Amino acid sequence: MGEVIVVTSGKGGVGKTTTSANIGTGLAAEGHKVVLVDTDIGLRNLDVVMGLENRIVYDLVDVTSGNCRLKQALIKDKRFTNLFLLPAAQTKDKTAVSPEQMKILAEELKEEFDYAIIDCPAGIEQGFRNAIAGADRAVVVCTPEVSAVRDADRIIGLLEASELRNPKLIINRLRPAMVKRGDMMDISDILDILAIELIGVVPEDESIVVSTNRGEPAVMDQGSKAGEAYRRITRRIKGEDVPLMNLEVPSGIMDRLKRLVGIR
Amino acid sequence: MLEFISRMLGRESASSKTVAKERLRLVLVHDRASISPAMLNRLREDLVKVISNYMEIDEAALEFNLCQDDREVALVANIPVVKMKRDYAAKV
Repeated sequence: MGEVIVVTSGKGGVGKTTTSANIGTGLAAEGHKVVLVDTDIGLRNLDVVMGLENRIVYDLVDVTSGNCRLKQALIKDKRFTNLFLLPAAQTKDKTAVSPEQMKILAEELKEEFDYAIIDCPAGIEQGFRNAIAGADRAVVVCTPEVSAVRDADRIIGLLEASELRNPKLIINRLRPAMVKRGDMMDISDILDILAIELIGVVPEDESIVVSTNRGEPAVMDQGSKAGEAYRRITRRIKGEDVPLMNLEVPSGIMDRLKRLVGIR
Repeated sequence: MLEFISRMLGRESASSKTVAKERLRLVLVHDRASISPAMLNRLREDLVKVISNYMEIDEAALEFNLCQDDREVALVANIPVVKMKRDYAAKV
């Protein structure tokens, strides 16, 4: 029996889809049978991030409305034979699926896969309720910005109200140099406010843009810092105890100078 | 540039992350309270229960609210006392 994990955030643009793609690919690379489910109906993107946009025949709405069987809609990944994508419908809207239908789908996916990773749309309306309906666990993605943290707090409240207890936090796009200057909230500031358990910190990394351009998740890029962060998150999701990456910035000439003059 | 100089001299007032954290802390007290009026209601009932051990209060005229200005969030309760309970002091 597999597990359904929803990746959510409240605010848009914080990296839910990138996170879903990387966690899913990471788990598949570790040998698990994984399905990625895009529930952002009308604004599907997980297919392009995974580089599978040319292979779509059927979608999520076709499955839930009985137009096709689940197996027909699943798209095989390019790199891993044990990784699949269930794409969102692009021409319908979020009301085309109901939370009850998602629960039934989740049960079916759990029979077949070790992990089902649900990519949740932004917002707190029906798309969100659909995405969390069949989930066993939740991962909340948040960037170190006031708006993203506020929305994450709201989402955590809504998850707990829906009996999805103990959601885990991913802090995405952290910029260590800004944190060092005191111009960005650091890990402990955010944990202090949100009071949930941290499951990973992903540094801002240009390689994410490059890997998204190519449709190849960064988790497979051994030279990418964000990729390394996602590999560690993948192992933590499996229950392993992995230390956080060292994100310290080496001190520059100015710092040393300031210390020398005694300003710091 | 001015900002840079003042930073060099270590004179910056508060780093922007401290400002962000403080603003978030305040806004979330309000967000969280507005998510569950039920919680506020339970708190109100509990408070009434405790206070009633010591004095008789006018529950109908009781005011109970979370108030926010830009520095802090406060729980403001206005509880009219009808009379004190004499027997409580005797019991202790």
